[in-house]
Amino acid sequence: MAKILAYIESKENKFKNSAFETISEAKRLSGILGCDFASLVISNQSADELKVLGDYGPEEIFHLNLDEMNSIKGGNIKYSYSAIAKAVSEFAKQNGFTIILFSGTGFGKALSPAVSILTDSALISDITGINVNDGIISATKPVYAGKAFAEIKVNSANVVLSLRPNVFKAEKTDSNNAKVTDITSASLNLSANDFSAVVTEVVLSQGKIDVAEADKIVSGGRGLKGPDNFHLIEELASVIGAATGTSRAVVDAGWRPHSEQVGQTGKTVSPGLYIACGISGAIQHLAGMSSSKCIVAINKDKDAPIFQVADYGIIGDLFEVLPVLKEEFKKVL
Amino acid sequence: MKIAVCVSLVPDSTTKVKIGSSGKSIDENGVTFILNPYDEYAVEEAVQLKEKSGAETYAISFGSDRSKEAIKKAYQMGIEKGILIKANSDDYDSYTVAKNLADALNELKPDLIFFGKQSIDFDGMAIPGMVATLLNLPFVNVVTKLDVNRNEVTAEREIEGGKEIIVSALPAIIGAQKGLNNPRYPNLKSIMASKSKPIEEKNSTYSGNKTEVISMNLPPAKGKGKILENGAESAAELVKLLRDEAKII
Ligand SMILES: Cc1cc2nc3c(=O)[nH]c(=O)nc-3n(C[C@H](O)[C@H](O)[C@H](O)COP(=O)(O)OP(=O)(O)OC[C@H]3O[C@@H](n4cnc5c(N)ncnc54)[C@H](O)[C@@H]3O)c2cc1C
Ligand SMILES: Nc1ncnc2c1ncn2[C@@H]1O[C@H](COP(=O)(O)O)[C@@H](O)[C@H]1O
Repeated sequence: MAKILAYIESKENKFKNSAFETISEAKRLSGILGCDFASLVISNQSADELKVLGDYGPEEIFHLNLDEMNSIKGGNIKYSYSAIAKAVSEFAKQNGFTIILFSGTGFGKALSPAVSILTDSALISDITGINVNDGIISATKPVYAGKAFAEIKVNSANVVLSLRPNVFKAEKTDSNNAKVTDITSASLNLSANDFSAVVTEVVLSQGKIDVAEADKIVSGGRGLKGPDNFHLIEELASVIGAATGTSRAVVDAGWRPHSEQVGQTGKTVSPGLYIACGISGAIQHLAGMSSSKCIVAINKDKDAPIFQVADYGIIGDLFEVLPVLKEEFKKVL
Repeated sequence: MKIAVCVSLVPDSTTKVKIGSSGKSIDENGVTFILNPYDEYAVEEAVQLKEKSGAETYAISFGSDRSKEAIKKAYQMGIEKGILIKANSDDYDSYTVAKNLADALNELKPDLIFFGKQSIDFDGMAIPGMVATLLNLPFVNVVTKLDVNRNEVTAEREIEGGKEIIVSALPAIIGAQKGLNNPRYPNLKSIMASKSKPIEEKNSTYSGNKTEVISMNLPPAKGKGKILENGAESAAELVKLLRDEAKII
């Protein structure tokens, strides 16, 4: 009998929207398969803080205290991916979970390959859909950077899936009947050996939304002419509450950091709104953003390939368009 | 010190994808295959370590004969020895690749193993973590900075909105991200020298996929967008469309 475990990421004791998406999908899948599902969280949160997860439908929330887990290793550590992978795997095996869902965030993508090996499961990563046919699970996965979609069938009793953020729907349920159950690291056979690599420090760039997680993105390309003009991108982004992105040409020129690069060798994004300014739309750039729900292009060249994927666009000089566009947005927001 | 780099051959990033006649993979006619771009950072890091403190360097690839091209590119950049693990068929999943690489690495016993962070064909970001877990070794993927000491490495790993500093015991598995270094362009001399350099061939040790591609499709075609032609004068109309029609703001 199948049984589903949603691993819920809690970064700095906060849940991201992708966590709710993962629970909602676990709930949907459990309905189709007619099986149980539960959530597992490793964090320092209190039962009350954890209970908000119940709004999305899990009846059981299992919780392992991160500090307690880290005390096995001792010293000044934040967490260890190998130890968390071991904990999730042991928990799943001991309790008969056969399907493990992760959010396809950096965290989930680091854990899921290790968990797939430790639980002898098939792995399909960064998926955009789950289907069940005659009880057999398959997943839809963008391949070749979204230039195609593969339908991949699971040929194994157990499976680990990581779900691309911003694609699955987070849906609240009417009632919250969640029960929080604490588990201990001792029950999961963890030892200091499981901490062979440890995160000693996490450095976050303050106050910035990361492109990979943003629901709205304003991207600037080489058409911006130089690093000093990116305030145009930043101002528009701040008016509509968007993250800033860029093209590889700009990163290679040293105008913007690599962390903002969108594309085949940058980040793959699927926000609700993607505004590309002064970006030609090279195939490698399109590969990273063409699954955005609404694409807007601003470019002075009417033949720029970006217009072929754009839902809306303006042909014009971005130095003239962007300041006016910012004011027009302000009027309605 | 012994350093291994796992390299894969992938379609060039400019490839226009067409679906092949099986309906389960792309049509490879006219496709150019290259060393996976992230593997270039992995190779470069290995070569720089060799140049700095001396090391035996290996490039390992699992696949068909064609995968020798990936090893040759690694030779051109300065890797010394190459091993091709010959796949029994063209249908293999990440698990099969990881099992084969793990078996070969278990024999070789390197002190440090580099991977690219992900291959740009199936974008799995799976194999480094799988191989590490099969070999019971620590791993750090998406690494943008690396310091190697005698029995420990310190790595910076890129995460959403920041970075993590990770300390790992050796031997370790490192997945390279753009930013780790600047991969060199091979010169003519090294390109010529790589042509005759032998590649050791091994038979595949495992072939039992856990997943199977049942179909492959192109993304649904997009309808023609609404492109406004009056520059800044169109800004108000664009905002109206985004609000009333797309209902996005
Ligand atoms: C292996 C490989 C991987 C790659 N990976 C990526 C990747 O991940 N992401 C990525 O983005 N690229 C990637 N590239 C690079 C890609 O091929 C393009 O070179 C790059 O995307 C171009 O960036 P751009 O659109 O900013 O610049 P350009 O192509 O130079 O385009 C600039 C655009 O700005 C417009 N413009 C200029 N002035 C104005 C103005 N005043 N007002 C309005 N419009 C203006 C121009 O009409 C033009 O369309 C990769 C390339 C390779 C070989
Ligand atoms: N067939 C292969 N042979 C050797 N190494 C591979 C192979 N496929 C993937 N890799 C390595 O694993 C990394 C991640 O690949 P993936 O998990 O498929 O995204 C790549 O960057 C390579 O370093």
